[in-house]
Amino acid sequence: MTAIALETKNLEKAFGGLRVTRDLSLQIRAGARHALIGPNGAGKTTVINLLTGVLKPNSGSIMLEGRDITNLPVHQRVLRGLSRTFQINQLYPDMTPLETVGLAVSEHLGHGRDWWRRMGTRSEINDEIAENLARFGLLDVMNERTATLPYGKQRLLALAVAIATKPRVLLLDEPAAGVPESERHDILAAVEGLPRDVTVLLIEHDMDLVFSFADRISVLVAGGLLVEGPPDEVARDPRVKAVYLGEGADA
Amino acid sequence: MTVSSAARTQVGLTAIAAARWRWPEVVFWLLAASTILLFPNRYLILTEIAWLALFAMSLDLILGYAGILSLGHAAFFGFGGYAAGLLALHHIVDEPVLALVVAGLAAMLLGFVTSFLVMRGSDLTRLMVTLGIALLLRELANRFSNITGGSDGLQGIEMQPILGLFSFDLYGKVGFIYCLVVLFILVLLARRIVHSPFGLSLRAIRNNPLRASAIGIPVNRRLVAIYTIAAFFAGVAGALSTQTTALASLDGFAFDRSADLMLVLIIGGTGYLYGGLIGAVIFKLLQELFSTITPQYWQFWIGAVLVVIVLIGRERMQRWVMFVPRLIAAKLSRGKTPAALPEGDTP
Repeated sequence: MTAIALETKNLEKAFGGLRVTRDLSLQIRAGARHALIGPNGAGKTTVINLLTGVLKPNSGSIMLEGRDITNLPVHQRVLRGLSRTFQINQLYPDMTPLETVGLAVSEHLGHGRDWWRRMGTRSEINDEIAENLARFGLLDVMNERTATLPYGKQRLLALAVAIATKPRVLLLDEPAAGVPESERHDILAAVEGLPRDVTVLLIEHDMDLVFSFADRISVLVAGGLLVEGPPDEVARDPRVKAVYLGEGADA
Repeated sequence: MTVSSAARTQVGLTAIAAARWRWPEVVFWLLAASTILLFPNRYLILTEIAWLALFAMSLDLILGYAGILSLGHAAFFGFGGYAAGLLALHHIVDEPVLALVVAGLAAMLLGFVTSFLVMRGSDLTRLMVTLGIALLLRELANRFSNITGGSDGLQGIEMQPILGLFSFDLYGKVGFIYCLVVLFILVLLARRIVHSPFGLSLRAIRNNPLRASAIGIPVNRRLVAIYTIAAFFAGVAGALSTQTTALASLDGFAFDRSADLMLVLIIGGTGYLYGGLIGAVIFKLLQELFSTITPQYWQFWIGAVLVVIVLIGRERMQRWVMFVPRLIAAKLSRGKTPAALPEGDTP
């Protein structure tokens, strides 16, 4: 049996009387390309927020590589190796890609509280920034304000920042949402090209992307797990078809 | 994936370039130094401008860089002021520079302790908490009049020569040069801080705290740190005011002082360090001008100027003011990119 990178046990979350996550137990194997899908309102975003620590579960636990992280604050989960990209673009509009990636690299290398040395004077940080920017094709725009970058480049930057934190497990929240057709290819290539030793949990509406990328799929309905399995099995499952046909209008 | 060493070097150089000196900064300091010779009769107001500038820069560090709103920054100014006064009055630390540092550290300690109250809650809560702390301190200073002199303030302070060499003179020349040097050194320190990884993480927090924590930044710890550092700067400003006037009074804690400070930053802008400095110059000059014209109603005109600034927008005014200097700079560095005044974000 392969190692489990990320696991939830009987996760529960309710807002008032509304149970948005019900008894959710997920196992994401190390190195997996796992996708979490589900119709609108299935509670996918809540699951992400629980995993990253933005929300605290009412009960249940979350384990990262065998260690309980249920009660850790957001930034400590990141330093332990659980990072995310954002669904809506929440990058820093006034910062450059160099600065944005530099932030993540500085924190990851433990120099984030360094108030005496200027940015750019530590070669280990510079090297990692350069490598990261090169990987995502952002070297040529590293000194432009993020707000002025094309949308596709901003999406790539969102990926670059997440990777710059050196995650063991990466949560990809709709990486291609809203990206114009012409820039889609770059995003898909970058997602495909993520390092194999990074476990990826993809949360996505786009079924083409899910089925081309994932080696395992969990279907979330009404906060609970409906089906889990390899893509072809999930695609054939009549319950999944029913759920998606039922809300096909806004998919 | 391997990256060419050229790319690595380029990254380093680009990052460092963000912190390099720009010509308006150099011009600013040359002008500041030249005032020593140009206005020998105006040392008192120049001195006030210098410590007000330092005080405003301190608020800029937490407001412009970390996004913490405060209406009680005078707490640290007053605390530093009294600390310096008591140190000199009771001959605990006689040498002014050393006393300045000690007073700053005292304010810093107060900043550290109170920062945990400020971390709780949102902007409005922070305004109220900071305001409350300053009011509390003012009343405490009033109550313990045997130590602070109550509403009369600390009187009879005699300042020893700076570093044992330079005595404060009647005209305030030494006092002004002293303030200017301290201001310059602390601006250098602040420049270091804001261009460091730590400073960058503050900008990230101001922009979006949730996002900042999602890339591994311990948000609260960073805010505590910058609040503490800013308290040091404000404490030093207060201590300078005490040392150059040989007086510490309850005014140091006054709400007016915190509120004026906001005005200074609104005039000068936030988030580029010089906002407080430029704002302090303009604020004091306006105050001087209006109080000469209408001694009783000068605050009316300050208010009017504020309204105009907000309506026209500082950026537009900056463009008007900087039009000629920029034109010259563009001519001088033809072919190269024209240097730009480091502009801040509108608060």
